[in-house]
Amino acid sequence: MSNQGVDGGRRRFLTQATAVVGGAGAVAAAWPFLASLKPSERAKALGAPVVQDISAVEPGQRITVAWRGKPVWVVRRTPEMLESLDQVTEQLSDPDSEQPQQPSYAQNHARALKPEVLVMVGSCTHLGCSPTFRPDHPAPEIHSNWQGGYFCPCHGSMFDHAGRVYKGVPAPLNLLVPPHRYESDTMVVIGEDPKDVG
Amino acid sequence: MKSLFLTAGALALGLMASFGAAAAGGGHVPFSYAPDPANTASLQRGARNFTAYCAACHSMSLLRYSRIGEDLDIPEEMLKANLMFNTDSTGDTMHAASAPGAANWFGQKPPDLSLTARARTPSWVYSYLMSFYVDDSRPLGANNTVLAGASMPHVLWELQGWQVKPEKAEGDDAAHEDDHGGGHGSGHGDASPNGLELATEGQLTPKEFQAFVGDIVNFMAYAAEPGRVERQQLGVKVMLFLLVFTFLAYLLKKEYWRDVH
Amino acid sequence: MAIVPNPHKTTGVLGWIDDRFPLTKMWKDHISEYYAPKNFNFWYFFGSLAMVVLVNQLLTGIFLTMHYKPSAELAFGSIEYIMRDVPFGNIIRYLHSTGASAFFLVVFLHMYRALMYGSYKKPRELIWIFGCLIFLVLMAEAFAGYVLPWGQMSYWGAQVIISLFGAIPVIGNDIVIWIQGDYIPSDATLNRLFSLHVIALPFVLVGLVVAHLMALHEVGSNNPDGIEIKKHKDASGKPLDGIAFHPYYTVKDLFGVGGFLIIFLGIVFFVPDGGGYFLERPNFIQADPLVTPEHITPAWYFGAFYAMLRAVPSKAMGVITMGAAVLILFAVPWLDRSKVRSIRYKGWLSKIALAVFSVAFVLLSYYGLQPPSEIGTFISRLGTVIYFAFFLLMPFYTSIEKTKPEPERVTG
Repeated sequence: MSNQGVDGGRRRFLTQATAVVGGAGAVAAAWPFLASLKPSERAKALGAPVVQDISAVEPGQRITVAWRGKPVWVVRRTPEMLESLDQVTEQLSDPDSEQPQQPSYAQNHARALKPEVLVMVGSCTHLGCSPTFRPDHPAPEIHSNWQGGYFCPCHGSMFDHAGRVYKGVPAPLNLLVPPHRYESDTMVVIGEDPKDVG
Repeated sequence: MKSLFLTAGALALGLMASFGAAAAGGGHVPFSYAPDPANTASLQRGARNFTAYCAACHSMSLLRYSRIGEDLDIPEEMLKANLMFNTDSTGDTMHAASAPGAANWFGQKPPDLSLTARARTPSWVYSYLMSFYVDDSRPLGANNTVLAGASMPHVLWELQGWQVKPEKAEGDDAAHEDDHGGGHGSGHGDASPNGLELATEGQLTPKEFQAFVGDIVNFMAYAAEPGRVERQQLGVKVMLFLLVFTFLAYLLKKEYWRDVH
Repeated sequence: MAIVPNPHKTTGVLGWIDDRFPLTKMWKDHISEYYAPKNFNFWYFFGSLAMVVLVNQLLTGIFLTMHYKPSAELAFGSIEYIMRDVPFGNIIRYLHSTGASAFFLVVFLHMYRALMYGSYKKPRELIWIFGCLIFLVLMAEAFAGYVLPWGQMSYWGAQVIISLFGAIPVIGNDIVIWIQGDYIPSDATLNRLFSLHVIALPFVLVGLVVAHLMALHEVGSNNPDGIEIKKHKDASGKPLDGIAFHPYYTVKDLFGVGGFLIIFLGIVFFVPDGGGYFLERPNFIQADPLVTPEHITPAWYFGAFYAMLRAVPSKAMGVITMGAAVLILFAVPWLDRSKVRSIRYKGWLSKIALAVFSVAFVLLSYYGLQPPSEIGTFISRLGTVIYFAFFLLMPFYTSIEKTKPEPERVTG
């Protein structure tokens, strides 16, 4: 072996070129493996929008629909429930729904497309437990100014009738309002934005 | 030691050559058909034909409508209007319309066709669909030269018409053993490679019927492996990359090995 | 001799590590200052390629296991789920299924190289034995993996292979039922083969590969001339005919890997079925214990051994013959009595024997995959006799033949 006549520049260039090309190939090869962990077509099909008939939901009643495996509540709110929203504003941490916990079309007073119908994902924004529906009030064991809403049994987070979170509880955010639209007056599609939005 | 390399090369080649021999299973396959997964128009027609003539009894429980729409460029509205009769959800797979009853009508449950083209070969399916003939001894009045005693009726009789088996069919069979001219468009006149003769004409000419069946088989071949086109497209990119990489690696090897005397 | 920490006296972060873990020492001992003969030819690519395929199998296997369901009811569907619904699932599955065939092809060629150049002869007997064990485990691993898709070939392949144990006298049938965990290959069988395939056997396989490499690096690589490069060293103790594994063989193997990947990925992306030999057509039909496919064949890499099984007209003797065909490999280091290692310097008898053996093995592989026929049975019998004669007569033909003188230094 001898090192006579070695072109160090050429050698360095080829080493770097091979390393760069090989490295790029290795990174590209990693992509299919990582991508294979994304939701599969089956998971997507099972997570497809859900159409729900809400004509039979009585005022004050809540039904639970599964969308992407999560509980989605549909509540037909009574006028009294809607009135209660203004009575608890002082106790809430995000009363005007400034955090992006709802589609733009639900960023309003009642956090809904139609004020009387609440559509909301029933998972606590703390650690994902499903809060209990507590329309009964007063309930001093929950809060001195309890006007009805949702109470999480896991860690005591409280939400009002629009899913807005109380101050001083573990949950940081309001409950999530999923994309939804009305196919007709009584048919709600959960998981799809209204046709005229984006 | 060239002879040794030759010997060893023969070993490798021998193994390779043995892969070449096709593992065709069972029965005589008179026609050959090569699917064309890139022919979207044919696949669309095939999907329509399959839905119209096959899907009443046969499911494709592994194929989602959404996948068909995506791969065959069929918009969702057309998908719903033309292919989806049992469901509104594009995420669903193709289920047969009459699945529960069919077993009673035909003596056995019509098989799911998701993978048939892959398990049997497209040529087999094509030949099977081309080879129904009148046989009064069968409960449904039809038999098949490719799958004798098949319980499936000749669903396409209105289109193809009726074929009959000539008396001396056995001899004919042998004579046409090597005639693999089937597939799209190549006409055979009366003496079809399966030894059958057209006795009653159908709505389609033999040529049109061949194209019709070809589209169905093309669709079934697609359904057996929907990812095929994408896989091959990705493969071309991978090959190009590897050629560059290997060339660089070769230069690098040569460069370093200049040290070795 | 006491272990000296950090013998290369590195400093900094590397020094901190080297004081506690032999990182630099391992790098130098096994890579940068491992001296390999400079005359490696084409046949010496297959060791590193086997490693590449092993990594491919482990990696793709891990990801397939994330989607696969080891249950008789769900397995078949979960494979098609991987093929259709999982993003890139088809590519990962084809990488794994084609990888199985590539593994055997590469390992066959690697073993053939060892047979040609006498790489099993003293002092490399243990490298060869570890290698034979790897081959044995690989066969078990491949069989278990073959069953997992639970298609018709999977099922009937399991049926046939497990039935081989029925050849054991007296307790054979009980053993078969014990292996299956049922009266037929069933959910229980699939589940235990899954466990073996993804945990036990890969574990053993990787361990054996490490042992194989440790033994290799202890005694150094053989070469096409079959002579010891350590006989001639320079003043600093480096073999004159040796070159550092890194960079010379790392760059050469990198080129080899590139070439291999072009062929391997070419198959994965363009002909993953391998004409029905890498993925058999009947395996696209779900396992049905009531219907046997018309023509069942083993995977191509078992063809030769399957041909030997069929060549013997007795169940028990057939199984023994097949087992012996693998086990006899272990004895090769002691069957070869030649004074020289490489076929280059062996006599004509050895050369003819190896050539005839090669042809016989290819023919056995071929006829093992064909439906039974008269000519097939005849050639399989002849091939079986040649296969065993090659090994059993080795002590005679290697000791009586006249060998050529070995060179002092490696040639070309």
